[in-house]
Amino acid sequence: MIPIADPNFAEASWILVVKSIVIFGVVMGIVPLLTVAERKILGRFQNRYGPNRVGPFGLLQPLADAVKLISKEAYRPQNAVGILWTLGPVLVIFSGLAALAIIPFGDVKDGVGFYGIDVPIGILYFFAFGSFAFYGLLLGGWASGSKYSFLGSMRSAAQLISYEISMGLALLGTIMMAGSLSLTQIVGFIVFMVAGFAEANRAPFDLPEADAELVAGYQTEYGGMRYGSFAMAEYVEMFVISGIAATFFLGGWHGPGPGWLDPIWVLVKILAIVFFYMWIRATLPRLRYDQLMSLGWKILLPLATLNVMVTAVLVTVT
Amino acid sequence: MNGDKRFPYLPDEHVVEVERGPQPGGPKGAYRAFGETLRGLKTTFARIVEGPVTIQYPEQKTPVYPRFRGRHKLHRFEDTGLEKCVGCSLCAAACPADCIRVVAAENDPANRVSAGERYAAVYEINMTRCIFCGYCEVACPFDAITMGHDYELADYNREDLIFTKEMLMAEPVERTPLRREGE
Repeated sequence: MIPIADPNFAEASWILVVKSIVIFGVVMGIVPLLTVAERKILGRFQNRYGPNRVGPFGLLQPLADAVKLISKEAYRPQNAVGILWTLGPVLVIFSGLAALAIIPFGDVKDGVGFYGIDVPIGILYFFAFGSFAFYGLLLGGWASGSKYSFLGSMRSAAQLISYEISMGLALLGTIMMAGSLSLTQIVGFIVFMVAGFAEANRAPFDLPEADAELVAGYQTEYGGMRYGSFAMAEYVEMFVISGIAATFFLGGWHGPGPGWLDPIWVLVKILAIVFFYMWIRATLPRLRYDQLMSLGWKILLPLATLNVMVTAVLVTVT
Repeated sequence: MNGDKRFPYLPDEHVVEVERGPQPGGPKGAYRAFGETLRGLKTTFARIVEGPVTIQYPEQKTPVYPRFRGRHKLHRFEDTGLEKCVGCSLCAAACPADCIRVVAAENDPANRVSAGERYAAVYEINMTRCIFCGYCEVACPFDAITMGHDYELADYNREDLIFTKEMLMAEPVERTPLRREGE
């Protein structure tokens, strides 16, 4: 069965609380490690070590970064729109963490489902919060009162409209195939991954930040832990998208071994996809704005539509 | 003339066929881009297999060549123990950065300091100004001053970087590895 939460399933509220704390704790423990892992892996891709001075193998680097960011002055530009400017990073990290709730880490066992919450709307929840994060980027970038931030947030809006549909259509194929293990969804997987790079603002689609041309895009005027939230949200979002991809295309918690290995399998699959994200970042240069648009509209959208149509025919015929 | 309709006025040998890559864009371009992406992924992954080339500096050091021009050394005659420097100030004259100060004094015949008539009573090199060109070494008629291999000269005060005669005479701590023959 395809791993989507069963809508006719309810559990005690205290279990929900425990689950949220555990999932939050585990993921927020992994995300700082992802930052140092990314720097180390990028380093290896460039024939160097990456951070290895703070703690064993540089593993305490995120701690040092966090201490630095927290102890910085909370600076606000003079022509920033105060409340919106503060709201930006809050929205981004909130939507990232909220989307995390629907990633299943295992099957329902003894009346407890191994996922944050059980939403009847399923995957639409993920799309809702994925797009919600862009309000954070837009508001933050616009309210900064700086031209670079403004350009970055406008780019994120342009990016949003060019990949969201293809992303939805890519998942639609798998949803229609529900019941069989979806190894046939290779095209859907590729389209989803490409759109996922754009969704997580990762290279080669990191146009909203584009540190080479826009300083840091929408986060130019942010400093301290506000900037830290943006940076952390990027990793949380990457984790969420990898989780969705692992659930829909790589079989979720299914894997050899006993039942208690299920969450480990999910984590392994997620981290494998995250590694692929970093690999792509080390390989591809950033696309131009119009190239991303034409890729989204002229290639990804037709591919995803074709994929959905072929899958629909297959599902009807068989 | 030549067969090319576009350039009828040019002699044949001036018209060269240029090999152009395929046009970007379109379904074919997308297909090609996909293949090229895979090729790029292979290239970057090969870098992981190669391993890092970093030298972890304070722990590992690149060996220097024997001719490396590091911190100066002043020398004595090994048999008599007398200083080679006779205080002629040729090094100070040759120094383009003007960082050497020599004050010469007459040798006392009963208690000789150097092998010559005079010796350097004061010999100072200001390492904040030295450009490590090695002209002092070239100018010295007695090979009394040579460039050593030490390049870790950072300090907290500028005053501490004025090296006196005693500091230059002292046997330097060998902190830098030397390259072996043929390395």
